[in-house]
Amino acid sequence: MSDSIDIINALALLTNFVILPGLSYGSQLALGALAVTLVYSILRFSNFAQGDSMAFGTMLVIFLSGYMINQGWTISGVPTALLAIPIAIIGMSIYLLLMDRLVYKHYRGIKIKQSIVGITASIGVMFITGGIVRFFLGASAQRFGDGERFIFSVREFKAFTGLQQGIALKTSQFLTITLAILLVAFLFYFLQKTKTGKAMRAYSDNKELALLSGIDPDRVVRITWLLVALLTTIAGTLYGLDKGFAPQQYHLLLLPIFASVIVGGIGSPLGAIAGAFLVAFSEILLTYAYKKFLIYLLPLSMHPSSLVQLIGTEYKYAISFVILVIVLLIRPTGIFKGKVIVDE
Amino acid sequence: MNNIKTIWEANKAIVSFTIMGLILLFVGMNQSWALALGIFNMSLISAIMALGVNIQWGYAGLFNVGIMGFAALGGVSVVLIAQQPVTEAIDAGGMKMFFALIMGAITIIGGIFLNRFGVNKWLTALLVIIGYLITRYYFSEAAELIEAVDPAITGYLGGFGLPVAFSWIVGGLAAAGAAWWIGKITLGLRTDYLAIATLGISEIILYVIKNEDWFVRGLKNVFGLPRPVPYEVDMQQSDWFQSLIAWLHKSELQLLTQSEQVERLGDYVREAAVVFVKLCYSGLFIAILGAFIILSNLALNSPWGRKVRAIRDNEVAASAMGKNIKRQHLQIFVIGSGIVGVAGALLVTYDGIFIPTAYQPLRFTFLIWVMVILGGSGNNLGSVLGAFIIWFIWIQSGPMGLWVVEMLGNNMQDGGALLEFIEERVHYLRLVFMGTILLLIMRFSPGGILPEKNKEL
Amino acid sequence: MRVLLGMLEATSGSVTLDGNDISMLSTQDRIAHGLAFVPQTKNVFPSMTVEENLQMGGFIRNDDISKTIDEVYDLFPILHEKRKQLAEQLSGGQRQQVAFGRAMMTKPSVMLLDEPTAGVSPIVMDEIFSNILDVRNAGMAVLMVEQNAQQALNIADKGFVLVSGRNEHTGTGKELINDREVRKKFLGG
Repeated sequence: MSDSIDIINALALLTNFVILPGLSYGSQLALGALAVTLVYSILRFSNFAQGDSMAFGTMLVIFLSGYMINQGWTISGVPTALLAIPIAIIGMSIYLLLMDRLVYKHYRGIKIKQSIVGITASIGVMFITGGIVRFFLGASAQRFGDGERFIFSVREFKAFTGLQQGIALKTSQFLTITLAILLVAFLFYFLQKTKTGKAMRAYSDNKELALLSGIDPDRVVRITWLLVALLTTIAGTLYGLDKGFAPQQYHLLLLPIFASVIVGGIGSPLGAIAGAFLVAFSEILLTYAYKKFLIYLLPLSMHPSSLVQLIGTEYKYAISFVILVIVLLIRPTGIFKGKVIVDE
Repeated sequence: MNNIKTIWEANKAIVSFTIMGLILLFVGMNQSWALALGIFNMSLISAIMALGVNIQWGYAGLFNVGIMGFAALGGVSVVLIAQQPVTEAIDAGGMKMFFALIMGAITIIGGIFLNRFGVNKWLTALLVIIGYLITRYYFSEAAELIEAVDPAITGYLGGFGLPVAFSWIVGGLAAAGAAWWIGKITLGLRTDYLAIATLGISEIILYVIKNEDWFVRGLKNVFGLPRPVPYEVDMQQSDWFQSLIAWLHKSELQLLTQSEQVERLGDYVREAAVVFVKLCYSGLFIAILGAFIILSNLALNSPWGRKVRAIRDNEVAASAMGKNIKRQHLQIFVIGSGIVGVAGALLVTYDGIFIPTAYQPLRFTFLIWVMVILGGSGNNLGSVLGAFIIWFIWIQSGPMGLWVVEMLGNNMQDGGALLEFIEERVHYLRLVFMGTILLLIMRFSPGGILPEKNKEL
Repeated sequence: MRVLLGMLEATSGSVTLDGNDISMLSTQDRIAHGLAFVPQTKNVFPSMTVEENLQMGGFIRNDDISKTIDEVYDLFPILHEKRKQLAEQLSGGQRQQVAFGRAMMTKPSVMLLDEPTAGVSPIVMDEIFSNILDVRNAGMAVLMVEQNAQQALNIADKGFVLVSGRNEHTGTGKELINDREVRKKFLGG
């Protein structure tokens, strides 16, 4: 390694180990957080089953893509999981609509604190969903990605740019970021421009007036679950392609997802996205070991001997919690003043 | 038919407890007394936990999704209070660790004070970061030194070597302290925040316990925790116990030859020693559970309790009358969590071993929830009943599930692979089963078995 | 009023509109039949723009609603100016106009107003009463419950004085204002 200051290589290093992982992790969280925020806006409760629902959607993708690979229905270079997503979304929609019909629907009709009943019921659903996933796939971690692992690898990048520090773009990262952008664009177009999307916003804004305007509440709820199924399946699959599938890991995603939603302002879609990236980058920046980065930037005499890591990787979930606590202390409504829906 | 219904309505509590008792007696006579008492004792501990949760949920509608964490704090305090100190480890890194912790405390408190007195934000942040870096430096060095001391057996600081009973109080206080902190931040905001924050803190408590080996040995477990009751081995060797058992089985033993007598008596003594120790625990747990129930009923009927009920029944009206709801809720949350902490300490004491990986949200948080809701939220006796029923189902559903699978297997020609698969995974279905029970009770009998009068969700 | 809308069940009697019995219909169907309602509070979608509020008013219509929107803008020109603004950013009187406009979007034959002036300042109150007249002049029957009886009767074609659920007095607004008993009991002399 050179002993002079080398900003370009330092930036390349940061791009490879902080920016790209942060962007893709942030996108995955954002999709999950959007699902939570949608359920919150329309059904008025925090959906504790979100993490396990993501595991459920991923499970469907794993089974489907396994079947498709067996049948030889693959396209070279493309992860088969990607091709399985549309069918998995249908399966996920059926599951969520079934749960709504069997569990949540009953409580909407009665005068009751929706937030508390919703949390309790969604915890019930969380355990059922988690149990089903563990029953079929077991509790241990597994990988299900196939196809090309990299869009370009470290070696190719180095050969192309001549830099000492390489950047690799994993297929999963590329897919995550692209799909997330497309999905978010679709969601915002849907909510802002279509009649149904506007009806959903109206319902979330003022339920009674929406009924008076002739908006069908059952339809709004149904479409909400369909959107949730879409976001949940894709978020879960992308996370799994990137980091591997493990039920417990998905279950715990609940923490960063809730942190994202609350940081951004509960009920605000834009806030959920901003919150997700804030949480993702805090997690990665605080657990990244800066040793190599500093070696590039500092003269030889000042090179650090330790890892220069602010917080051990094992505490990454604590970071979302700390962010959550700080937001609750300073500004409980979040960055993008979320709706504070009073307990009804 | 109608008659039976009225009798049931009037004596629900007595009837259901009697049925539960009979079921346990049946297990005792048909399977083994040790098993029945084991279920009984675990039910008692669960009942104490459920009582704590019931106080939070039933009295104040506070949603604690972090029961596991509070129970784990109780468990940790058993290790910290009752284990003997590891002197070599303390010599090796004790001072450094002490210094690091003090430094950490100074950083946190200093940060809060600087912020409060309006010192420049950036300066404050800088000082906090410097404080953190110093803390972290000494901390990791100390942790390394401590963990290096005979890691196969110790590798941690050990405890204070005090009587284990102290740890129950300390466990309660630790859980109450954590609850106070969480409650201070989230109570007064919407219900969801408390739920999310408790979920978060309990996972973090677990992460700390699992990762900080110098603290309570991390994933390596802590064995041989001291007991408040005699050991089975000591009982087997004590003369009075042997003669007691001999006297109990006098008529049977008389018929046997000398050598048979010795052998048979030995069996009986071994068996009886296990039962006796379990009975000692039962007595202890019943006393503690009873004390908590009596205290909480006394409290509910005091002026304080009237205030609690007023707020529970009508929050808006109570706050209009100038009752400080937030403070009231904080008190209830702290008390409830404290009780969960005590139960967590009792559990580890009973097990005699501290296993961090045993803390699963399903086993603690969720199961306790189902107990409270099944029993009848707001009703203390209901929680106790719920604890007994659910624990019994929990313990028996594993073997039952396997039994069903095997029955199926006997009737199936092939499909061995499928069967093996199901056998291996069938215990995960307990999650589905318990979730379904919860949802069914919520839907069809929201009051639970013993509903609290005038209680709405 | 909630009975008329089908949000509460009637204990007796029936609801007819233009001679059709609509007692058995759901709220949504009654609105499709030409009933419109402006609640007393929370009568707009706060985080949606003025235009979106109007669009939501016309939600059940499948034909082109832009003409009706223009009619509302003609009636309340200020709304046209602020059509891209969020309803929560408007003043109280303007918000009431949005509420009226939203209800007009179904081209109702009868518009129900629930205490439109409750809790507003006298200046806004005057504005609201002139809004109500505008709505009437646009060709809709307006049925309102109002406790500001003097002013309400001043603009009313027909008035009913309900006393604990029973209809005690009926007449044109002018007649009722001049009725001695009504004056004594309800208008303070």
